[in-house]
Order: sequence, then structure tokens, then C-alpha cells
Amino acid sequence: MRLELTDEQKMIQEMAANFARSELAAAAAGLDRTKDRSILKANLKKMADLGLMTMNIPEEYGGAHVGVTAYSLAMTEIARACASTAVTMSVTNMVAEVILEFGTEEQRRKYIPKIAVGEYSAAAFGLTEPQAGSDPGGMKTLAVADGDDFILNGSKIFITSAEYAGVLVVWAVTDREAFKGRGISAFLIEPGTPGFLVGKDEEKMGQRGSSTNELLFEDCRVPRSQLLGTLHDGFRIALMELDGGRIGIASLALGLGLEAMDFAVNYARERVQFGRPIAEFQAIQVMIADAYMELEAARMLVLRAAWLKENGRPFTREASMAKLYASEAANRACYKAVQILGGYGYTQDFPVERYARDVRVTTLYEGTSEIQRLVIARELFKQ
Amino acid sequence: MNFQLTEEQQMVRDMARRFAEEQIKPVAAELDKTHRHPAEILKQMAELKFLGIAVPEEYGGGGMDNVSYILATIEISKACAATGVIMSVNNSLYCFPVLAYGTHEQKVKYLTPVASGEHLGCYGLTEAGAGSDPAAMRTTAVKDGDGWIINGEKKFITNGNVADYCVLAAVTEKGKGYKGISTFVVNLKETPGFSVGVVEEKLGIRASGTAELIFEDARVPGDALLGQPGEGFRQMLTTLDGGRLGIASQAIGIGRAVLEDALVYAKEREQFGQPIANFQAIQWKLADMAMELDAAELLTLRAAYHEDLHLPYEKEAAMAKCFASDAAMRAAVEGVQVLGGYGYINEYPMERHMRDAKICQIYEGTNEIMRVVIARSLLKGK
Repeated sequence: MRLELTDEQKMIQEMAANFARSELAAAAAGLDRTKDRSILKANLKKMADLGLMTMNIPEEYGGAHVGVTAYSLAMTEIARACASTAVTMSVTNMVAEVILEFGTEEQRRKYIPKIAVGEYSAAAFGLTEPQAGSDPGGMKTLAVADGDDFILNGSKIFITSAEYAGVLVVWAVTDREAFKGRGISAFLIEPGTPGFLVGKDEEKMGQRGSSTNELLFEDCRVPRSQLLGTLHDGFRIALMELDGGRIGIASLALGLGLEAMDFAVNYARERVQFGRPIAEFQAIQVMIADAYMELEAARMLVLRAAWLKENGRPFTREASMAKLYASEAANRACYKAVQILGGYGYTQDFPVERYARDVRVTTLYEGTSEIQRLVIARELFKQ
Repeated sequence: MNFQLTEEQQMVRDMARRFAEEQIKPVAAELDKTHRHPAEILKQMAELKFLGIAVPEEYGGGGMDNVSYILATIEISKACAATGVIMSVNNSLYCFPVLAYGTHEQKVKYLTPVASGEHLGCYGLTEAGAGSDPAAMRTTAVKDGDGWIINGEKKFITNGNVADYCVLAAVTEKGKGYKGISTFVVNLKETPGFSVGVVEEKLGIRASGTAELIFEDARVPGDALLGQPGEGFRQMLTTLDGGRLGIASQAIGIGRAVLEDALVYAKEREQFGQPIANFQAIQWKLADMAMELDAAELLTLRAAYHEDLHLPYEKEAAMAKCFASDAAMRAAVEGVQVLGGYGYINEYPMERHMRDAKICQIYEGTNEIMRVVIARSLLKGK
């Protein structure tokens, strides 16, 4: 057992931390207030230049190929500065990986390099529908074969980055007669395809700098060459990718929790009440100790999942544990941070209220906490 | 980064697991019911070198690393938490300080007999008026010729009624607070004036003897002083760091027993025409237990790893102990809940797990103290 980072991993962590501090942190509050896409896109391009958008992709497709652990470390650092940018990075990396794993050589060469160099600001993962969230097998978007094409009809909701994604993976039902979940396929969709529209950005509680859009398909014609993976195999593809995506979100949540608490600790050292820094009161010390203890536990779960994936071992249970624990621990930590700051935790003078708003969704997307518990229990019963 | 255990570590774990399942688990309920000291089990554990697992072979120990110690303690504790703490105290609270602070002669005389498992050791720190605040202790050691005269009483001492040796803390210079405390290593059998007082009746870990140690003008020889006078407090802090890893391991072991028993029960127990394992209310408890125990184990292994590399690990050890014991207690409470009425009666071991788990949040540094230690470390910028 070795728990030290390699030199390369340390380097990447430092690089991401420096970038986050110098480029993302200052813009984060403004991005949250104004949702200025030009700022976001400029930063995403810089991140692509640093190899942060395709971290687990081989170099032949333009990827950085630094592995899942380095990816996790970088995600945590980016999330410390700006959760909206971090979730964009997470989903984009995930989509690049799904194209790598299930795409034809032609599809890989067509899309992955553009994601890698930032020609595409982002990539999107079009799974969720108004009636199909935790239960994606219940989706209704239809793709009917028509000669050499498919005609797509339906809608998706809550799709991260759809507004500025250069490519979207979209799941649709291709066999209506099949048993639920068995007749779904994945398609590579480009913006501007006739019959495909991206709806407006949702008004969200947090991660407001990241767009969350509807996708509308009305007789959208898509050539067979855009089918990703085997016909009717889409459901399995989605679930497999989400396992890896959980590591990204867990890493993101960890960063948010740490940043919120670091801020709170500094505040507690300075804030004087009853004649002394509030850091001297045990009530505050207990909150600080609990928050960091849980975040360290989360960190260990995340790194274990990353190591398993990186070494080609099964990691479903461990990824679910990491995502579940990190997101819930980060929520507790961020709300403790608000509490430690008192009134100042509630106003926008300080970033802590934004961390608390940003962290809330981490127990919801990429598999609710409830779904994670289902997955873990199912894995436990297999033993 | 590599989460893979070495072959040797896996071997220790597998050996401990097999021994615990075959030799300890069958008698654990009886040990708890009769409060019997598991002498025959400890004898076998001595042969496996589990009672001085990280002590160099030169002094009768197993010569293994602290990660191996953690893994073995988890397995032993899973079968019987009382046996687990006897092992932990022997290793972390007796063997470690003698190894760390003793001269070669002291190690030969006082460490080898205990690391080999021939005799048991204990740690005489706590007093009736000095628990979380050990500096308030009143036991004194006064220089007398070559040796020292000890007066005082220690309380809640694990192994106190069965140990032949003791690492004992006493005040050697009054009025200096913690700077006036020194540590002695004592052969209790050869100490006139020493006697065992009350042996406590406890909520859990009943097979582990918890006793008062009484020193009435008890004389110890000159070579009993460990290190220098006044170093006792600092030695204690370092010793307890390692002890915390032992307790964290004990807690994880208890938690793993809970999870295993709860899983088996939930799959078998049918209500409303199906195994209760089908109900999400039950699945949620099991998932949370498994997740928190995995996290606890990772935190504990990390701290042990730091200790093996001689890196600072005070904060990591406190986090591991606090987290693991809280997680084990939560698991045990929910474990009883999963078993329903059967979780409350002693036909099943679940009620014992809950009784056993509670102490892990209290001894070797209450979890309140753990949080203060963690917070102080963080506020200092560590």
C-alpha cells in the first residue's frame, strides 16, 4: 500500500490549483450572478489548453492521459474556485470517455480531438427526461429507423452545458417492444442539426454559471453513422459512464466542502466575540473537527474509487460510496461553514453562501443519494 | 498511490481472520456472559505473535508493520471486542512506550516478556479525578535511594487485574503540572505495596478486565524510570496516538460484525411475504453502515501508514479513532434495529455489539477530546 501521490499527480494537482486560484476564483462570484458565457467559455478554452478536458483520454486523440487519480485531484482543485466550471469539466471529460469507449474509430477521431483542444467549449450528456430521472429506463424520446437514418422525437431536461456543447450524446428508445431499458440506444448529436433545439437555461439555486437546458427533438433526422455503440445497448453504456462520472462529482463535492471550511476556519480565527476569537470556543471547534474529519473520510473513499478504476478493477460500489459520502459530507460542511460565519455566511459579501448553494445539487445529479444507496445495497447482497 | 495490501499484510489479515472465526467467535458469547478472561485464546494469539505484533523480533515481537497490526486487530475484534482491546492495550499502550522510550536493558527485562505474550501489560494513566485531564493526576513517585516509592490509585485500567507489567504515570515533581509527570515500567508481581482494587462490572467488553491499581508505599527499582523525569506527559501523548489506531481498529471490527450479522438476518427474515432485505428502509441502513465502515478503515489505514513512515499522524489518528468509533456506534444501533426484537435479546450477538461499541467513543481519549485535538491541529494550520 502506498498513499503518496506520484510526482506527475502532484504536478497536475498543483497546476489545477494554480489555475483555479489565478483564473477562476476571481471570476466565480460574477459568473454566479451574471451567468456570463463569454467568461466561462474563455476559461474552458484555457482549461482545454492545459489538458483538463480529456484527462483520461490517450494522447493519440489529443488527450492528456494522466489517469483517474490525477483527474480526481484536478477536479477537487477546480471545484474549490468555481463549482460551475468544475461540473462542466466533469461532464465534458465523461462524454469524451464514453465516445472513446464506445465510438468507432471514425467517431473518436471526429469528436474527441475537438473536445481536447477546446474547439468545443464543452460536451453534453443527454439522458434525463421530465419523466425519467432516477429511472432512465422509463425515457420516452424515440428514435425510429428510416432508411439509413434515425428520426428523433422527444425531449430531455436538466442537461448540463447543452447551450455551448460542441457534441451531445443523446439516448433514445430504438425498440419500443423491448423490455424496459433493453431497447435504448445512444446517438452523437451536433448543435444546429435540423429538428434539434436547445431550450433556455434553467434558473437554479446554485452552479448558476453552468447552463442546464432542455433539448427538443422534432423529427430530427440523424444519420446511422451517429449511432454510438451497438444498437439497443445504450442503457448499459449510460450506466457504465455514470460510474466514472460519480468519481468526478465526488471530487467536485470534496473541493467545495474543503473550500467552504477553509474559509470558515480563517474567519473563526479572526472574528472576535466575547473578547476572543470564536475559534477558541469548543462549539466552533467541534464543527470544524467534524467537517474536516468527514471530508478526509470522503477524500479516502474518492481516491480508492479512482485507484480501482485506474487499475481496471471493478469500482461500481466504491464509486457510489464515494459520490454518496462526499456529496453528503460536503453539504454538511458547507452548511457548517455558513453557520460559523453567522450573518456573514448569509450575505453575498463572502463566497460561503454560494458554496452552500452550489453544493446542494451534488446529492441530486449523476445519481441521487437514494440511487447510490440502492446500488450499494445491491452490491452488498451480491457478496 | 496504491491501495493494494502487500502479500505479507494480506497474509496477516487472512491468518487473523481464520483464527478469529475458528477459535474466538464460537466462545465470544460465553466470554461476555461469564465475564471470563480469555486466557486460552490469548495464549494462542501469543503464538501468532499478535500480542507484540509490531515489536522487533529481537524483543520477542512479530516484527510487522502497523498496517498489519490494524488489520489483525480488526479481525480479532470482529469476533470478540473484549479480546480486541486486550490485544490493543498490550500492543499500543504497553509495548509501544517501552519500545520507544526504554533502554536496551529495559526492553530485554520489561518488553520481551510482554511482547512474546508470556505476560500481559497494562497502562496506568487514568485516575478517579483524572480522565480527559490526565495532568490532574495525584499518584506520586518519590525518589528513595536507588528506587522510587509510589503512592496512589489508578482507575479503569484495562488488563489491570491480569497484567504482570504496567507502564505507569506518576507525579515526580509537584506543582509543575504536566511537566512534573514521569513514566515508570513496573513488574507488578515484584512490587510490594501494589494490589488490585475493584474489578469493574461494565456495560460491554465484559471479558476484558477493567481494574483499579492501588499503590501503597510501593517500591520500584531504579531501572523502572522510562526516559527522563518530566517526560511522562509527552510520552503519553505519543503513546495514545498509537493507541487510538488500536481502538479505531476495534471499532471497525465491531462494525464489520454488525454489518455481516445484519446482512445475513435481513436476507433470511421474511415479513409481508418477502425478505426484509427487499425493503429500502433496511437497504438504506446497510448501505450507510458499509460506506462508513469502509471510510473508517481507509482513515485508519492511512494513519497507520503515516506511523510506519514516521510521518506526523496525531491528527490522522484522532480522526480515525473518532470517526471509526462513531461509525461503529451508529452501525450497532441500526444493527439492533434491523434485527427488531431479536436485536434486543441475547440469542443473537447484535445486542452485545451495541454494548461493546459504546466504550470506543469514550476510552483512549473521549471523542470530545478527539475533536479538540483535531480542531487545534487544523487551527494551527496543520
